[in-house]
Amino acid sequence: MVQTAPTAPGTASDSGAMSEGKRAERKLGWLLCAPAALVMVAVTGWPILYALWLSFQRFDLKYPDRREFVWLDNYITVLTNGYWWSAFWVTVLVTVISVAIEFALGMSLALVMHRALVGRGLVRTVSLIPYGIVTVVAAFSWRYAWTPDTGYLANAITPDGAPLTEHASALAIVILAEIWKTTPFMALLLMAGLALVPDDLLKAAAMDGAGPWQRFVKVMLPVMKPAILVALLFRTLDAFRVFDNIVVLTSGAQDTSSVSVLAYNNLIKGLNLGIGSTMSVLIFIAVALIAWIFIKLFGTAAPGSDDKGRR
Amino acid sequence: MAGVGGAQTPARKTKWALLNIVVVVYALVPVLWILSLSFKSPATLSDGNLIPREWTLENYAAIFRTSEFTRALLNSIGIALIATAIAVVLGTMAAYAIARLEFPGKRLLVGASLLIAMFPQVSLVSPLFEIERALGLFDTWPGLILPYITFSLPLAIYTLSAFFREIPWELEKAAKMDGATPGQAFGKVIAPLAAPGVFTTAILVFIFCWNDFLFAISLTSTENSRTVPVALQFFTGDSQFEDPTGSISAAAVVITIPIIVFVLFFQRRIVSGLTSGAVKG
Repeated sequence: MVQTAPTAPGTASDSGAMSEGKRAERKLGWLLCAPAALVMVAVTGWPILYALWLSFQRFDLKYPDRREFVWLDNYITVLTNGYWWSAFWVTVLVTVISVAIEFALGMSLALVMHRALVGRGLVRTVSLIPYGIVTVVAAFSWRYAWTPDTGYLANAITPDGAPLTEHASALAIVILAEIWKTTPFMALLLMAGLALVPDDLLKAAAMDGAGPWQRFVKVMLPVMKPAILVALLFRTLDAFRVFDNIVVLTSGAQDTSSVSVLAYNNLIKGLNLGIGSTMSVLIFIAVALIAWIFIKLFGTAAPGSDDKGRR
Repeated sequence: MAGVGGAQTPARKTKWALLNIVVVVYALVPVLWILSLSFKSPATLSDGNLIPREWTLENYAAIFRTSEFTRALLNSIGIALIATAIAVVLGTMAAYAIARLEFPGKRLLVGASLLIAMFPQVSLVSPLFEIERALGLFDTWPGLILPYITFSLPLAIYTLSAFFREIPWELEKAAKMDGATPGQAFGKVIAPLAAPGVFTTAILVFIFCWNDFLFAISLTSTENSRTVPVALQFFTGDSQFEDPTGSISAAAVVITIPIIVFVLFFQRRIVSGLTSGAVKG
């Protein structure tokens, strides 16, 4: 698609009114952005600072009078705790496996949608259903499917066991539910990337004797690289937040808690604001690290960062 | 990856049709299962059959008899609609400024909303819990609406500014030359062009709010503001000894219907909204 560069009002031609027009434009720009910016700062910026402040305190709502400033004690408590590391590695495992499989599946689905000769509209519509469906609803469906008696999958595949009550199989089901739900999203982003690959380039490669696989690896993947990295970055960060699926499928039993589930349990069930906030800050740091690694190592152009050339 | 271009032979058509069926089955299986459970009578609930042997609407009747579900449904609809309306209005204003105006701090705003799109929402649960308790917002509609607005704003801003950049703004100038006031030029020429983008964004934002579970379960504690995804988790059935599977399934189907309707009617728009916002940035 062609990006039409909007012509900014008051450029070059009316140089007399320029300074005033520019100032008015600036003011209007700020005025229009202010409400959105204020809400975003008030609901994310301020609370994350507040979380940092709370994380240095012993603060349990069950014993409010024992509130005290303890510096890094909470961090030591959390970082030396087996539950935290178990949840951390569960989260990493779920993230890595689900994003890897989603990428492979999503790429195939994107190719199907991109090149479909028959029923392209139908495939696109249907593949949006998992994206739109409430995660909790999908998770309940998977839960019942894998529960003995109510479940068609449990009855057919594991007639003797209850897969949701064992660590490995429960995790596999969490990953399955995650993949089912988000592959279409990945596929759509990749399909948008596919649309950027010029047909001429593929034809030229085919003329030069490149087979389908070579055309895919040598022509399509490089052209799609920015779209792929953005899709992977967003999905990785999203998968790292995995919460709904785990709460519904296992409630975190059998060591299947993710960091989000653990933080939630400490806060809402344990009412321990100090420890909950410490986990909040640690998760924030982990996510910032992932984003940093993607942007620095893989050279993901953050959307919006390269806008100079575009406008 | 079939060949480039290529003839549409019957064999290839069949191959594509088969692939389509695989995709359709993949997307629909969990939906069909919960649909089937919702129509099963208590006696056949655990027979493991995909097609109910005895069809009943009792599960649906049951959930609408209690306030537990109807109240949650009302909360879900109200909270999602209000959050969507506010997020779309604020997002439209900001996106217009980003796509159309030059002003210092623009890139900062774009960067900040990108950061929020990547923000781990669970990191806000502890501080928001405490802040909302102090402000009296805990377990109220505004207590959920505020975080929903915040997290849908980046989505709204990206999607809308991508749409706005495609609008031929020269038309506005042309209308003004023909004697239209700035207000008329905007209202009669630009607004109709922008409307589909705004509408698409509204659908995406609504789906996002409708879906949320983390904030809804952390920042509510009673029927006052509990939304359906959370209420499902607390369902116990009519009596303590009743298995809530049927009720949960029925309720799950009810909250899935709006999404399916959106997807069926606005498929093209949802796809263009998602991809333009995310890839074109």
